[in-house]
Amino acid sequence: MEEKVEIIGTDEKQEFIINMGPQHPSTHGVLRLVVSLQGETVKNIQPHIGYIHRGIEKMCESITWPQIIHLTDRMDYLSAHQNNEAVCLLVEKALEVDIPDRIKYIRTIMSELSRLQSHQLFWATFGMDLGGQTCYFYGLRDREMILDIFEETTGGRMLVSYNCPGGLMYDLHPDFQKKVKDYIKYFREKLPEYDAILTGNVIFRERTVGIGTLTLADAISFGITGPSARASGFSCDIRKHEPYSAYDRVKFNEVLFTEGDTCHRYLARVEEMRESMDIIEQLIDNIPEGQYAVKMKPVIKLPEGEYFQRVETARGELGVFVISDGNKNPYRVKFRSPNFANLGVLNHISKGFKIADLIAISGSLDLIIPDIDR
Amino acid sequence: MDNKQLEEFVKSLDHDLEIREGKQFIEVTLPISKLYPIAKLLREKEESMFDFLFNLTGVDYGQDLGVVYHLRSTVQGHSIVLKTRTSDRENPQIDSISDIWESANLLEREVYDLLGIRFTNHPDLRRLFLDSSWGFPLRKNYADDINIVTR
Repeated sequence: MEEKVEIIGTDEKQEFIINMGPQHPSTHGVLRLVVSLQGETVKNIQPHIGYIHRGIEKMCESITWPQIIHLTDRMDYLSAHQNNEAVCLLVEKALEVDIPDRIKYIRTIMSELSRLQSHQLFWATFGMDLGGQTCYFYGLRDREMILDIFEETTGGRMLVSYNCPGGLMYDLHPDFQKKVKDYIKYFREKLPEYDAILTGNVIFRERTVGIGTLTLADAISFGITGPSARASGFSCDIRKHEPYSAYDRVKFNEVLFTEGDTCHRYLARVEEMRESMDIIEQLIDNIPEGQYAVKMKPVIKLPEGEYFQRVETARGELGVFVISDGNKNPYRVKFRSPNFANLGVLNHISKGFKIADLIAISGSLDLIIPDIDR
Repeated sequence: MDNKQLEEFVKSLDHDLEIREGKQFIEVTLPISKLYPIAKLLREKEESMFDFLFNLTGVDYGQDLGVVYHLRSTVQGHSIVLKTRTSDRENPQIDSISDIWESANLLEREVYDLLGIRFTNHPDLRRLFLDSSWGFPLRKNYADDINIVTR
């Protein structure tokens, strides 16, 4: 007797809802995406966030400025130094404190080391998302050395908390300059390996070129910043447009592409690693002597008013908006986090591509979930 | 345009607006009814061309609830701040600008989630971080006896 078997889901028009995350290796954190699929094609993505919402903005309203520094580490943990710097620059600007050159130089070098290690981790995990296990080991091997340099000077590997209003927490470790120079020399030799193993790989090219293209107009409208936007030709580098710390004293190029696809978002970050090394090399031998922190009042009170400070983190523009009522606690703090805006574009650029491409696209946006949730 | 020219330009759009030169940006205070039309003009006029909404903040001023918009023009390079506020704490409503700037979509959802300001004409106004059993934590009168310790 012939048995009739009905196969469900062969109908091309039928839509599937698939839940991706919150525990999914390729989202690099607790991001949940509800994906509508037609066959294998992505029709719609609904991001669900808030799994790691800690209410940092609310907490800031009841603590003092030196304490807030330590909370900002926990937003974008791969750009911890730049997050600290944003708050410190805001406080220093509000109180009109003059910062000596030594502090500016050290902050810039630390920022660039931080960007370098962040892009290395991006390279490592992006390679792994696309099936290249070796990338993960290469990337983390080189990143560990930067974390060791951080640890020696700041005591922390990822959450450095090295800045404080008025300067730095401690002076540099005596070996810092030598170690950084050795590292740059070492990594200049290693970076071509990165290109050899991934950038020119045929499978990698097939999976990234022309996938998830973001146009310039959309990048601006969605508020995308950082390397993801510069891959679409949006010139938005705060280091160029509104230089802070010692960025007005160094020569570097803003990495710009016009293609805006997954491959060029990746290339923008690899190129930025080269620029970061250039910046560090220009500064590392010229750190001026002097004090590492300006004496500030024990209780920091910002004058009444509104303040805005932006810095360039590894993922884009971090803005700190503060309303102060003259007390030692801020009245309202808002962190304009780059990842929050970058998440908004995911649905727009993934529509019409396959679900496997979604992994590549979300990987190339380099989302850090604690920065989205705050 | 520099801040002076920008101030003149905004005045030419509407004479009744309250314009103030802040520490960094020109700050324009708008009544709720004028927010959407003025924002649309600022986006579309070639002289202003504010195409990049880089920040949107909900604020509880104590009596009023308000929203602060930070805009920048990537073509002209100038920035402006728009502010609006409502005294209705029970049912605060402000026009959504998410059809002018796409980035406002998520940002307005965040403000709704944490401050309870409803954005009319928003395509998808749901809570973002928290579920519906929560109050609105960024309001100053928000009370949570278990999780917030007052010293």
